[in-house]
Amino acid sequence: MKPLEAVNDFVIKFANVNGTGSASANHLFAKALFRMGLPVCPKNIFPSNIQGMPTWYEVRVSEEGYLGRRGGVDIMLSVNPQSMPSDIQEVEPGGYFIYDNTKPLDRHLVRDDVTTIGLPLTQICSDQYKEPQQRKLFKNVIYVGALAALLDIDFAVLTALVSDQFKGKEKLVLPNIHALELGHQYAQANFECPIGIRVTRSDKVGDKIMLDGNTALGLGALYGGASVVAWYPLTPSTSVIDSFERYAKRLRIDPGTGKKNYAIIQAEDELAAIGMVVGASWNGARSFTATSGPGISLMSEIIGLAYYAEVPTVVFDVQRAGPSTGMPTRTQQSDILSAAYASHGDTKQVLLFPSTPKECFDFGALSFDLAERLQTPVILMADLDLGMNDNMSEPLHWDDEREFDRGKVLNAQQLEDMTQFGRYLDVDGDGICYRTYPGTHPEKGAFVTRGTSRDEYAAYTEKGEEYEKCMLRLMAKWETIKEYVPGPEVFLASQKTDTAVLFFGTSEESSREAVDYLVEDGIYLNAMRVRAFPFDKEVEEFLHSHERVFVIEQNRDAQLRTLLMAEFELGPDKLKSVLCFDGTPISARNIRKQILQQIPGHNITPLRPEQAADDAGE
Amino acid sequence: MTYQVPKFRNPSLPRNALGYTKADYEGSISSLCAGCGHDSISACIIRACHELSIAPHKIAKLSGIGCSSKSPAYFLGKSHGFNSVHGRMPSVVTGAAMANRDLIYLGVSGDGDTASIGMGQFIHVIRRNLNMVYVVMNNGCYGLTKGQDSATADQGSASKKNDPNPFNGIDLPALALQSGATFVARSFSGDKEQLIPLIKAGMTHRGFALIDVVSPCVTFNNNETSTKNYDYVREHARAGGIVDFVPMRDEITTRYQPGSTYEVTLHDGSVVHLHKVAESLDPFDRMSAMAALDEHRRNEEILTGLIYMDMDSTELHEVLGTSQRPLNQLSAADLCPGDKVLHNINASLR
Repeated sequence: MKPLEAVNDFVIKFANVNGTGSASANHLFAKALFRMGLPVCPKNIFPSNIQGMPTWYEVRVSEEGYLGRRGGVDIMLSVNPQSMPSDIQEVEPGGYFIYDNTKPLDRHLVRDDVTTIGLPLTQICSDQYKEPQQRKLFKNVIYVGALAALLDIDFAVLTALVSDQFKGKEKLVLPNIHALELGHQYAQANFECPIGIRVTRSDKVGDKIMLDGNTALGLGALYGGASVVAWYPLTPSTSVIDSFERYAKRLRIDPGTGKKNYAIIQAEDELAAIGMVVGASWNGARSFTATSGPGISLMSEIIGLAYYAEVPTVVFDVQRAGPSTGMPTRTQQSDILSAAYASHGDTKQVLLFPSTPKECFDFGALSFDLAERLQTPVILMADLDLGMNDNMSEPLHWDDEREFDRGKVLNAQQLEDMTQFGRYLDVDGDGICYRTYPGTHPEKGAFVTRGTSRDEYAAYTEKGEEYEKCMLRLMAKWETIKEYVPGPEVFLASQKTDTAVLFFGTSEESSREAVDYLVEDGIYLNAMRVRAFPFDKEVEEFLHSHERVFVIEQNRDAQLRTLLMAEFELGPDKLKSVLCFDGTPISARNIRKQILQQIPGHNITPLRPEQAADDAGE
Repeated sequence: MTYQVPKFRNPSLPRNALGYTKADYEGSISSLCAGCGHDSISACIIRACHELSIAPHKIAKLSGIGCSSKSPAYFLGKSHGFNSVHGRMPSVVTGAAMANRDLIYLGVSGDGDTASIGMGQFIHVIRRNLNMVYVVMNNGCYGLTKGQDSATADQGSASKKNDPNPFNGIDLPALALQSGATFVARSFSGDKEQLIPLIKAGMTHRGFALIDVVSPCVTFNNNETSTKNYDYVREHARAGGIVDFVPMRDEITTRYQPGSTYEVTLHDGSVVHLHKVAESLDPFDRMSAMAALDEHRRNEEILTGLIYMDMDSTELHEVLGTSQRPLNQLSAADLCPGDKVLHNINASLR
């Protein structure tokens, strides 16, 4: 079979052992391509383990700018004997298998439709380095050097990156460059370079940046004015707090006193973390927590309190694969329903669905305005894929003219001028009432915030009509909320069509790519990306104006589809599901395949959920 | 039911330094059972705050769930309150205190709310030495659900309709001491003379102050076989340290026998006079306090009064190094670094 040929358009996957420093070497590789002006999309697929388990790192390179997972692997670089048998099976026909051939490849594994390239990495390291730690770490750098030759990566870009990476630790620069050279020289001397797949400089990156969504969320919270942070460590949300703290240490120190203009508390559990957020928000500070699905389960009790007592509350949910502990280091969009209706009794929670790091920053900051304006919990739904992977993103921007929207809060003078204050009195008719911070006025504005039923003046009551009035006002507020949350984005097909796709969050890039593929199959699809719950009128009209809408999401139970059906009272015929829930990000090829299976005339095999899992790696 | 407190007040009621009468510290009328110990504690809180001349709106009162946690509605009507959910008051008050270090935080909880569902949060708020007073209205039973034993019920004690409790009772002051509490006291709802100065000292203490108040449940746990009935507690209470609290601005008048009295100046200049009664107790020594608690327990006595106090306590804001200005008063200019900084951050990400 003819080896694959491609310039600036391929998927490479690295198979490593975790805890060996491979992620930073693989990142170096991806960043080098980014600096050569190529859109890249790296995804770290790692185990819930500290050392010794298989881990993968997939890099999509696409000059056309597709940033989602394509599906399939053109080049596999495997230095993990444990996963080698399955790694080589994953390579596309015509693809390349690069491996550590210090130990020869098992003959059973050899595929005649794949080009194998052996690099004696362990041997080179044994010859060059005495320390076991050096042998382990430099092995990764050496293969990056070899790839530079094989794929024609600008070597100067790599050396410049190494210098940047070790700024302040200059002693490490030369040994790393030396290791890159070792790999580069070996590949040059032993193979025809470049191979069929290669890169050239391009200009498709512009002013974009590369960062992970969690860093962006931490920055968004910092810019959004959060000053009390309470959290409990939980993968994959932990680095949100790391990011906030890292930047706060630089940017939130009072210049006069050196004191901190923020407080971070590592709570004893998620129950306490959310309690602290509610306490701080009640007392007029902007506050948030970051968590994942298991934390949402635990926090649901106090999220219900915040909903009913109408206390602004910001939660960043970086979703992972559930249920229970599930797959803690794999991605999913599977907290949609548990977040949307979090807590017992009749509740509805505001959700935001960012799909890029830029949006993590923007929505992260916006969460605080929304929570305070709407006096209710706002749960931002990111996921592991967005949160923990370096994503190419539009640069972050802050409008210096922008002011925080602190919502309806009465100050001492306003209270002074009032004849009557009712905490839950709907003065403006929008379902949102006026609140006061503790300590505002000596005589007026004090009340007891409570999770029990109360009247409009916050006094305890068990009168059914008072309770009902309050619950109906909360529904009226829900209507108001629709005017404030980010509306959907619509992408119309080049031809008129009655079929559409609807997606959210990290399914965006793969979905849009799949829509492009399907045009080649003669199928035109309008597309909508929803960015928040509650859904607004535009979402409703979009659904009504199409015969059939494929709802693309990364969970088993079609949770967003369920939410759409429940909120719009739609029957099951209109909304079809495209699902991926194997813990890896959904790929464009997988989406295309599932849509084709459900479009009459293309492939009428009905989709079974288990098929989605089997095909998800595509 | 909601009750209205009559508005009329005798104009000649005594006023404190801020011009407030005691009525300014009252709340709505209690809906607890007649004779409930909790109402006596509420009355002590009212008197303590009035006598301390704290502006009512500078106090925030927070509670969990249970009879005890309803009581904040019955005192300090001019203060903001937060009747949160069961066992979670410590976290809510932690967040609140982080947001505004200038208010006084009064947490009210019960034995179920603290020693069972809220045990984790109770220990951790102590560990962090949050600047607050934590009052436990401790009656050894669940009142609202009709009299089940709680985790502080003594072993062998039997409430009105239950068999003798087979389990070891949790001693909250002992637990607090072991968890690093910097102010630990116990009192009895029937002993105002002891309780009021303890509340004042706790409010002035910088850091976490636990006041465990045995507060008999007249409906379910005031029977003869209970160790938390009025008579039993009165007979078995033994004061360890008696506290006389003198605010900063007042002249010190009380005189105790020399040798048994300590004068402790608090950070705001107020003075706590501590009169030692129990021979074995050194209330400035944690080990001594723990030993004294244990000894009294073995003798079937209830050690009351001030049990332990750390005068060099460092509260959470000091530990974290947060700004003196309350975090909830920071403006956007203090909080948001602006676009120029973001520009540099972008550059570092290319």
